[in-house]
Amino acid sequence: MTATPAAAVIEAQDLNVSIGGSHILQDVSLAVPKGGVTALIGRNGVGKTTTLRALIGLAPSTGSRTMAGQDVTGWPVHRIIRLGVGYVPEDRDVFTRLTVKENLRLAQTARNAGYDRVYRLFPELDQRGRQLAGTLSGGQQQMLAIARVLLHSKPLLLVDEPTKGLSPRYVTQVVEVLKEVSQTETILLVEQNVHVVRELASRVIVLDHGQVVHTGDAADLDSDAARRLLGVSL
Amino acid sequence: MSTFAAITISGLALGAVYFLVASGLSLIYGLMGVLNFAHGAFLTVGAFAGWALAVHLSAAGGGAGWVLTAIAAACAGAAVAALTELLLIRPLYGRPVGQILVTIGLDLALVGLLLGAFGSSSRAIPVPAWLSGVTAVGAERIPNGDFVALGTGLATLAALTWFLRQTRYGLIIRAGAENRDMVRALGIDVGRAFTLVFTIGGAAAGLAGLLNAVVFNSALTDPGQGDELLIFAFIVVVIGGLGSIAGSAAAALLVGLVQVYVGFYAGTGASLAQLSNISVVLLLVVVLLVRPRGLLGRAA
Repeated sequence: MTATPAAAVIEAQDLNVSIGGSHILQDVSLAVPKGGVTALIGRNGVGKTTTLRALIGLAPSTGSRTMAGQDVTGWPVHRIIRLGVGYVPEDRDVFTRLTVKENLRLAQTARNAGYDRVYRLFPELDQRGRQLAGTLSGGQQQMLAIARVLLHSKPLLLVDEPTKGLSPRYVTQVVEVLKEVSQTETILLVEQNVHVVRELASRVIVLDHGQVVHTGDAADLDSDAARRLLGVSL
Repeated sequence: MSTFAAITISGLALGAVYFLVASGLSLIYGLMGVLNFAHGAFLTVGAFAGWALAVHLSAAGGGAGWVLTAIAAACAGAAVAALTELLLIRPLYGRPVGQILVTIGLDLALVGLLLGAFGSSSRAIPVPAWLSGVTAVGAERIPNGDFVALGTGLATLAALTWFLRQTRYGLIIRAGAENRDMVRALGIDVGRAFTLVFTIGGAAAGLAGLLNAVVFNSALTDPGQGDELLIFAFIVVVIGGLGSIAGSAAAALLVGLVQVYVGFYAGTGASLAQLSNISVVLLLVVVLLVRPRGLLGRAA
């Protein structure tokens, strides 16, 4: 059982997910404290993405989930999101047949959308407003995927592999943006790049074989732990 | 005006009716992935609602009476479609086989209900004189119903295009057709869009039922009308490309034209008359062989 930090933004108890006969998550319990970046890390295929999807109801799961003190177990996805969650999926999942502006307009759920903030962080999106999202580069699509969740202030952002497959230029930009956003919003970050994790996260949750095997401060993730838990050298 | 031009107008008018039916089918499949076999029943319900009101209004009065009749047909189709989505389709999200079976069952049940209530004989829909009349264009006399069907089809295409391009729900429907889960993950209740799409599709089908009866069936409707038209509507949707409204419009006109041209030039014998239907199936085969995803469909 994971100890619950005092002010958890989102909390899960005994999450289990089985897909196609594979038991992907096994009694995963975690809590994301308010503020800063918590990184959910682990080797490939251990269930990190599935954990994010299960937290917001996109992956069918058993177990309980609490957000901002409310039990959201069994809630439909859109209701959980409306409590104040932004989700940036692993493969960006921008709507390729909509323009950049239409992608943003779709994510706009109230009049007071923060287009100024979005365009300040990602000026390229302003210039490419009429371009179909499917014609953007991977880095530009990642900007758009992040921009969608920044239109409105949300207490929690779930960000899945934001630097995956990006050129160094875009990795730097994404990291800078997430660093700035983490000053005001809580981020649960799934990331394979340990250097990015060390730069952004103050806390880590390590998954292995569908189970939480380590929770602690990112600073304590030394070379030995990284090699043992993640299979990488720092 | 030549005879060829006159039958071309007739083919376009038939295509317009096909488009009204196919647009709903295509929207529903595009957003929800549901093959709605009850769509023909929505069409028949619309035609019967139009008939009931037209009889009540005594020969549908004039233009205003006809407009009311058309609105009644669209509303009846929309209401049945909305109830279908809410009560039967919604509990079966993610179960496509169940959805197909329930829509087939609903179609049989609705047609059976209409047969039980009104019998199998055709019902004559009273229409105003101007609608059953003809307009002389040069040497040819074009039925006014052709112009009404064509105008309604074009207006529906324009309205749907505007709705999909300019409104928030249109945006949701276009995005949902691409990735429903991601739309949900933006905090949007896709279920409402599902109901709306069914309702719009039902309204267009109801209107198509009335127009088809009035323009192409001597103002007669019967409980089997919808299922006959549904077959052609499915062919239109497949030729146009599943989920593509523009594709459905292009395919509907193509199918209507082919059917009318072959029907006219093949002669009037009983066996020859079937050639027009066979030609549509051949067109489907050719399109699927040359372009399996349809005219404007997207690669899977």
